[in-house]
Amino acid sequence: MHPAKSVILFTTASGAGYGMMIWLAVLAALGMLPQETVFGILVFGLAFALIVGGLLSSTFHLGRPERAWRAMSQWRSSWLSREGLAAIIGFVPLGLFALVAIFGIADMALGAVVGVIGAAMALLTLYFTSMIYASLRTIPAWHNGWTVAGYLVLGPMNGAVFLAFLFALFGFADAAAAMRSIALAMLLAGLAVKLLYWQNIRTSAPVSTAGTATGLGHLGKVEMTGSPHDSDNYLLREMGFRIARKHAEKLRRIATLLGFVVPIICVALGLVFAEGPLNLLVTLLSVIACQIGITAERWLFFAEAKHAVTLYYGEQAV
Amino acid sequence: MTSLPETTAKKLGLVVDLDICVGCHACAVNCKEWNASAKSAPLTDYDPYGKKPDGVWFNRIHTYETLDEAGHGQTVHFPRSCLHCEDAPCVTVCPTGASYKREEDGIVLVNEDICIGCKLCSWACPYGAREYDENEGVMKKCTLCVDKIYNKNLPEESRVPACVSTCPAGARSFGDLGDPESEVSKLVAARGGYDLMPEQETKPVNKYLPPRPRQDGRTADKAPRMLASADESTEGAGVIARWVDKILS
Repeated sequence: MHPAKSVILFTTASGAGYGMMIWLAVLAALGMLPQETVFGILVFGLAFALIVGGLLSSTFHLGRPERAWRAMSQWRSSWLSREGLAAIIGFVPLGLFALVAIFGIADMALGAVVGVIGAAMALLTLYFTSMIYASLRTIPAWHNGWTVAGYLVLGPMNGAVFLAFLFALFGFADAAAAMRSIALAMLLAGLAVKLLYWQNIRTSAPVSTAGTATGLGHLGKVEMTGSPHDSDNYLLREMGFRIARKHAEKLRRIATLLGFVVPIICVALGLVFAEGPLNLLVTLLSVIACQIGITAERWLFFAEAKHAVTLYYGEQAV
Repeated sequence: MTSLPETTAKKLGLVVDLDICVGCHACAVNCKEWNASAKSAPLTDYDPYGKKPDGVWFNRIHTYETLDEAGHGQTVHFPRSCLHCEDAPCVTVCPTGASYKREEDGIVLVNEDICIGCKLCSWACPYGAREYDENEGVMKKCTLCVDKIYNKNLPEESRVPACVSTCPAGARSFGDLGDPESEVSKLVAARGGYDLMPEQETKPVNKYLPPRPRQDGRTADKAPRMLASADESTEGAGVIARWVDKILS
């Protein structure tokens, strides 16, 4: 599948933003969320910027972005529609939560309640995003539970890594320590989920073959000797993308190392070191490494996924 | 609404006979001609007269070669277009309602006025039936010539999809595959018509008829042997040929 930059940016950025919101709500419910206006503006501002930026970037790959509002109408059947609707509805509790946490417009107990509702909407949105991919039978690499687990774990994981740094930066030692523990657990879970996702791609039996695509399988091996067109076409550009496939192993190593291993070491060191400049530095390193790693992971998620239509163009099995 | 209809009154579709198709691409060309000037127009081309022509087509003709373990091969020409599936995944994934399946005849269509060009339907279709029009920013697909098959301005015999009316070999048939008594349904039953990628659970309406078994190895060997002996022997030749042979030798 063609890895559209707008979709990679959307899923990574809004995933991190929703992840931040989820943990902010958890901390608020536990009574551990520091209430300070400047910090609040920055941390909620960043979370909203990541979510909104991601959602906006996802409209860039549309042929008719001005009609994007129509995408909310088919929630009865379409996961994409459900995702859009959940994202929009989620802004209400998340916005109220931010107002309470930053400006104290109401009691924090109420803030925690709307925060938890907002966090539930955020998780639901991530789940709907994952189902857009996991529901596609045409792409067996995606059509399984590991895709759902990946989106549900990686967004909150990235959000926790961001928050650990921000709390440390503003000197909220208790909250930083709590977020580091959460980030460490999520990073380990993220690594496990991605390793199992890749394992699943490597070991699952093909779903469709050139034989079933043409119905000629009973005659032997089916090979295309004549293409319908001499030059490129939409199907090959969108679904037949294979540039990164030959670099798959290298990208997998980059994603594993930078997305998980380096952040795990940095966050663990952060738990060992006393708060201070060195600790801040390794925590910042975990944020940067994680962003590069997750981008590589998401790129690979698309580039490595084989689509059934390629069976008509020479692929033997998907 | 992009929920699929429970049932459709008719299941209009195509039957493609892979035993007859000669791979001439006439169906693809006539499809392009009709749809570039009718309801679906424009059917965009990019760089049509340049070095890398590209564009939107509803019909694509592949050629495959099969090879079995005994080393016997077969060439099969294979037209590929929308199968107007009963459980069309391209319809249910659509977030806007632009993609729909008609209750009256089962034809799967795109309402180009509300399509946002998210391309998700093309991801959901295993058959490559949907192509994105970069100029219009919307998805396009085979309409089963909905603007031709019901067109009262055309003579009755012309009210079939363009690919069917143009096929010089008669490899394509059109009709109601939901009616077991229809000509197409009888054809499918008689020839063992099959679904493409049934494991994708799309329940295609269009059916493909398999190529008939080729002649066995012995018959295949005969061609070169006959050619070799034709130079030498007059056995079985006509009176004049034998007479000319006798004079000249």
